[in-house]
Amino acid sequence: MTKPERVFALVDCNSFYASCERVFRPDLKNTPIVVLSNNDGAIIARSYDAKPHVKMGEPYFQVKDRLKKHGIVAFSSNYALYGDMSQRVMTLIESMVPAVEIYSIDEAFADLTGMPGDLERLGRRIRAEVYQRTGIPVGVGIASTKTLAKLANHASKKWQDNTGGVVDLRDQVKREWVLKKCEASDVWGIGRRLSAHLETMGIKTAWDLAQADPWTLRKKFSIVVEKTARELAGTSCLDLDEPDPPKQEICCSRMFGKRLTEIAPIKEAVATYTARAAEKLRRQNSMCKKIRVSIRTGMFNPEEAKYANGIIVELPYPTDDTRLMTNAASEAVDRLYRAGFRYSKAEVLLLNLCQRGEYTDDLFAVSQPESSERVMTVLDSINAKWGRGTMRLASVPTSPDWGMRREMMSQSFTTRVDQLWTVYCK
Amino acid sequence: MISILGQLDGTGIPLPLYSFRVPAGFPSPAADHVEKQISLDELLDIRAPHIYLVRVEGDSMIGAGIFPGDLVIVDRSIEAEPGHIVIAAVNCEPLCKRLARDGSQVVLKSENPRYPSRYLLEGDELQVWGVVTYSVRSHDKA
Repeated sequence: MTKPERVFALVDCNSFYASCERVFRPDLKNTPIVVLSNNDGAIIARSYDAKPHVKMGEPYFQVKDRLKKHGIVAFSSNYALYGDMSQRVMTLIESMVPAVEIYSIDEAFADLTGMPGDLERLGRRIRAEVYQRTGIPVGVGIASTKTLAKLANHASKKWQDNTGGVVDLRDQVKREWVLKKCEASDVWGIGRRLSAHLETMGIKTAWDLAQADPWTLRKKFSIVVEKTARELAGTSCLDLDEPDPPKQEICCSRMFGKRLTEIAPIKEAVATYTARAAEKLRRQNSMCKKIRVSIRTGMFNPEEAKYANGIIVELPYPTDDTRLMTNAASEAVDRLYRAGFRYSKAEVLLLNLCQRGEYTDDLFAVSQPESSERVMTVLDSINAKWGRGTMRLASVPTSPDWGMRREMMSQSFTTRVDQLWTVYCK
Repeated sequence: MISILGQLDGTGIPLPLYSFRVPAGFPSPAADHVEKQISLDELLDIRAPHIYLVRVEGDSMIGAGIFPGDLVIVDRSIEAEPGHIVIAAVNCEPLCKRLARDGSQVVLKSENPRYPSRYLLEGDELQVWGVVTYSVRSHDKA
């Protein structure tokens, strides 16, 4: 029996963050939208109609006037909303295909190998169902490899009017046409520097890359580029990824909403970040042995004195207890803090992670008392039920004035009962 | 004297573990009849990816039992038909009405005589957002 031909699909949400903002704002249907990064710093997402006017990554304060001129509405990033909408989209995709790899908040690969029937029609069904049930428009690319599926998706958007958002590249004529029309830099994993390098070798289009000699690519660049070329030529080298193994390090780092000069609010911030990191630690069932805490001032303003420093603190035993970890992190701030600087950012990094029960216990070493586990379990279940931060250490404030600046944030329409969408019966 | 014994090898013989508690008094006559607990989440299906909760204000739908401040459960997987109460946007303005048909014309009916029905005219754009399947209201002291 011959193996069935591999078939992959990439489902990708169109301008995901901006689309989420529109779901509960029908009045913005024809209004261009941009979404800003944390602290309302730079533009990180644009609706289609905003794309001609602003670039990705442009600082908000520089484009304010331009946004106003073109009637573009700006939003602070609302990850509670985007996360919930993403989960809805992914659940729907999972219900329609045999296997899914969630690749990012707004993209998923699906393995369609062996599925009977017209797959382009399946793609259109996915698109229609996701749109009806969530209001989020998606594009679907289908092909015999992941890299080609990604390119098919790119084509479905680039030629949206002709494709209706779904492209199947298993047809050789179509595949050749698209490969010849796309730049090498449109290909998954081919960045700007790499594509500049490829161009010196005469490789300009995706087609050129597909025709290039894989062995030469491996020698000149890497096995990754070689695989990319093979995949473009139709040989499947990449499978759906297994779910992520537990992370070896966990990090929580954020800019403060304003500069801090005193030690007390810096300690509050570090306690807040530690609590967040500890939550992530417990979710993946790990314990940590060391914490690295670092603080720094802004690095770009020539008028300001600069200072950046970090230290590693050791914990008495592998732990996932927020209380113990917060104590250690707070002591670290005592040692790091120097008066007379204007601090802009802190980072908490959990190191030397081990899976619960995996580390070898020294017979005479102290280990985490069972009571810790019970308290943390209660803490996590209360916060899961009533919302993050419902139960927390006293060192973590509810609404700190150093918190993230998010002045243009929409409501948490789907995750907070007190912020649900309100419709007027009139 | 302390003698250190080596690690014990597992023999692989499973031992039964009895986890039930022996009742001190009479066994509960209901123990064999416990089915499962009732869940409003399940009844209203609010964990499904196509279900949304929306707060309603205004009194144009009180005839249908939807009062100001009520929560409505909105299902986006249902194809809206005449008779359904819908959340819809007419010319990008969100509203909650009963969908109806008058001959060939689509009508959005209020459920309160003080509010006129809205006949969709040519050029009007109607986008149905979802179908209202349940409503939740609090019956506090009057």
